[in-house]
Amino acid sequence: MNTAHRSLPVTLQVAQEHGLTAEEYQRLMQILGRTPTFEELGVFSVMWSEHCSYKSSRRLLRQLPTSGPQILQGPGENAGIVEVGDGLAVVFKIESHNHPSFIEPYHGAATGVGGILRDIFTMGARPIASLNSLRFGSLDHPRTPYLVKGVVAGIGGYGNCVGVPTVGGEVYFDAGYNGNILVNAFTLGVVRTDRIFRARAAGAGNPVMYVGSRTGRDGIHGASLLASREFDARSEELRPAVQVGDPFTEKLLIEACLELMQRDLIVAIQDMGAAGLTSSAVEMAGRGGMGILLQLEAVPTREEGITPYELLLSESQERMLLIAKAGCEEEVRAIFSRWDLEACVIGRVTDDGLFRACWHGQEVVRIPVSALTQDAPAYERPATPPADLAARHRLDLTDLPSPSDYGEVLVQLLTSPNLASKEWIYRQYDFLVGSNTVVQPGSDAAIIRLKGTRKGIGLSVDCNSRYCLLDPYRGAQIAVAEAARNLAVSGARPLALSDCLNFGNPEKPEVMWQFQQTIAGMRDACLALDLAVVSGNVSFYNETEGRAIPPTPTVAMVGIVPDVTRHVTQWFKQEGDIIVLLGETKAELGGSEYLAVVHGRVAGAPPALDLSQEKRLQELCFTAAQEGLLASAHDVAEGGLAIALAEACISHPDKAIGARVRLPGGLRPDVLLFSESQSRVLVSVPPAVLPRLQARARAAALPLFILGEVGGSELEVQGYYRFPVAMLQHAWRTALARRLEAVSASGTA
Amino acid sequence: MKWGVVTFPGSCDDRDTLYCLETVLGQQVVALWHKDRDLQGVDAIVLPGGFFYGDYLRCGALARFSPIMQSVYEFAQAGGPVLGICNGFQILCEAGLLPGALVRNRSLSFICDWVWIRVETPRTPFTAACRTGEILRLPIKHGEGCYVADAATLRTLEDNGQVVFRYVDAAGQTSETANPNGSLHNIAGVANARGNVVGLMPHPEHAVEPLLGGEDGSKLFRLACAAL
Repeated sequence: MNTAHRSLPVTLQVAQEHGLTAEEYQRLMQILGRTPTFEELGVFSVMWSEHCSYKSSRRLLRQLPTSGPQILQGPGENAGIVEVGDGLAVVFKIESHNHPSFIEPYHGAATGVGGILRDIFTMGARPIASLNSLRFGSLDHPRTPYLVKGVVAGIGGYGNCVGVPTVGGEVYFDAGYNGNILVNAFTLGVVRTDRIFRARAAGAGNPVMYVGSRTGRDGIHGASLLASREFDARSEELRPAVQVGDPFTEKLLIEACLELMQRDLIVAIQDMGAAGLTSSAVEMAGRGGMGILLQLEAVPTREEGITPYELLLSESQERMLLIAKAGCEEEVRAIFSRWDLEACVIGRVTDDGLFRACWHGQEVVRIPVSALTQDAPAYERPATPPADLAARHRLDLTDLPSPSDYGEVLVQLLTSPNLASKEWIYRQYDFLVGSNTVVQPGSDAAIIRLKGTRKGIGLSVDCNSRYCLLDPYRGAQIAVAEAARNLAVSGARPLALSDCLNFGNPEKPEVMWQFQQTIAGMRDACLALDLAVVSGNVSFYNETEGRAIPPTPTVAMVGIVPDVTRHVTQWFKQEGDIIVLLGETKAELGGSEYLAVVHGRVAGAPPALDLSQEKRLQELCFTAAQEGLLASAHDVAEGGLAIALAEACISHPDKAIGARVRLPGGLRPDVLLFSESQSRVLVSVPPAVLPRLQARARAAALPLFILGEVGGSELEVQGYYRFPVAMLQHAWRTALARRLEAVSASGTA
Repeated sequence: MKWGVVTFPGSCDDRDTLYCLETVLGQQVVALWHKDRDLQGVDAIVLPGGFFYGDYLRCGALARFSPIMQSVYEFAQAGGPVLGICNGFQILCEAGLLPGALVRNRSLSFICDWVWIRVETPRTPFTAACRTGEILRLPIKHGEGCYVADAATLRTLEDNGQVVFRYVDAAGQTSETANPNGSLHNIAGVANARGNVVGLMPHPEHAVEPLLGGEDGSKLFRLACAAL
């Protein structure tokens, strides 16, 4: 076999084809003091890509609060860690897999799930719950049903097979995502606080070991060419840059790695995600202030003839890189072999601060680690608000015709894609495996119990990107506030969040302005609500043919339920319970679902948010829940009070229950019913409890309105409409399936 | 009474089954590893749910290549009680310990939901103290749970009382809408002729605690102890 290796020549043009700018190419020449080898160029191009280097966002992200008394690990590792007592901590992160999922929905979404799972168990935590946040184009767009079905099947196919329950999520449809869908995947794991592993290289001479699947040619340049660029008409050709997932191998990796971590055999471990072997080696070396030397010919491969360049950049899935303690190699190998997995030594830790890679003794890469990590480019890109901002905010309600039949509007909204039940989707996910799921998908927050304790964990994920499009600052604040509110009404105290910031091209000042405003909004909401951002990711370049997605800062939040038996669900429970609205309804139809669905308009200013009132409201809900006062509690969100009331009647998994309600007067009927004013919660309580709730609302200076009573088999909103709840439930539950299946029957998918 | 729960590569509900038996129901349990042959003197065996070797071939098709399956086979032949849940049921069919096969759901997609099943016979170790006609609420979660068999096999199953569970509605009636996956005769679980080997698609181990949605499933495990 001929092992002599001739590197391809590198020029500015080759560098540009790798996604580097002329300035960046100059900079790397200065760092090296010479022309890079072809392999080195590949390494720079992925490590300096937007996806890996956060070059457009790094400086702004520093504004976010990232620490707190319970925060054991903030951003900078594979995932964030929050202590929850009883010697336990939760490890979690949300991450995007948008670009691959648009090109190849099944494998794009599946490998998104696989990637986030590895980020969690690499820290020593057993993954116990996943969520996802999905954005699709309009259901009328011909490609949308195909993408929905592929993404949902991919998430289920992978998540179900590895045995981690998918316990919740959110899904929105909007024409703004016709050319770029969003697939944001979240996983949470639990770990003993004395068993946390980090990805920090240490100990010169320690062996670098490769475990898991063999390396193939899939996913090369996924990070640099797929995730760090806009789409155009030729994007379909990027399909080979999408990886293919193997959940069975992932399942073995989870079990083998967790078994390994019970023993004292390794110093660091990290998955090979975006930018594969290169980024995991470089990042581990960078965090530990060490160097790493790789012998590329030792990397297990799927086929012959894979070049050193391909080995460095392949994004083949289900692979981990770990640094073992010298002398423990055989024990590590034995554990993986028990699970039929390969483990082999492919390099060692050095103390020279260099990332070096050799191919049969010939050095093909020699780069200072710092040049690829903290010294990677960082930009302060220009940011300007859009010229039509004032026009976007214009909304004169007197121009808005009042509907003649509010009952018809209710049904229209309940069966619209964004408000219809997502049962068709979540029924395809195993939400029970693990034996922890206390509240399954379909309520404001998912609740899982923590085995061996009395506690539960609340999980929610939120973002209203229509608000964000109209006002990114307030939209981001509302995303944080609503994710927290969903937890509080479910009986969980919000602890910390992970964010997935999905935006267009950051080189455009308008997109950068959206991003800036978003960070400011998240920061202010986090500070007011006492929350930290512990992990997350930024996904730029969600644009097709120059059209950016609406800014979508997805917030995934985690809270603690001190006594898991005291959790609360959103549906009415008991005939005779009193229905109460906490919070005030104002004339705030800007950016509402009602305005979009019924009047076909996306306009106005999003609802105002008083963070101090929000905090008092959440505190009241959480405390009342933990004292067992609330029969049900439901966040009033998209679709307003009318939808919240209907959902409280019909979202019970097994039954439906009626209600008789009289709304307070003084406002236009469509405002009263469909306004999306913030900081409102719909609760039901036994009559005997009402005085206590009233006293607390008074003490917290929160408005409280008694709306009516639970009972019967009809939902009646006096003066507006009356429906059998069974009929509403059927329409709401089956609407999405009808839309998706009608389209596939006509052959579009 | 000592239970054994087999972990195959790709088992997902093995830990849940161990937790259910040991922590919730207070039974003696050992974890059995698919590469071993020693059954460690267990009195009953559970083959749990999951995705055996990823189910990339046909569900459960590679099972008979696991060393432990030879021991399970001998244990079953000797009359030892064996319960296959979901993927475990598929494995028992593939291993020839139960008749019939499980194919893709009628909807062609994975379904996770709570269903009602009716106990059709108490003459198995796992239904011994259930009443005939008793209704249980258990979850299902599978993509390939549609039970099929040829007409002659179905007739034998029905005539011999080997149909152990059927999908029904909340009132206990079989119907098309109560059948989540298209199984013939609404069959949710069957037994071998002797009655000691039972397979079912619903997950009794996920219905043993009221906090998690119900405890009807515990009957299948408690009663097995009483019957032995």
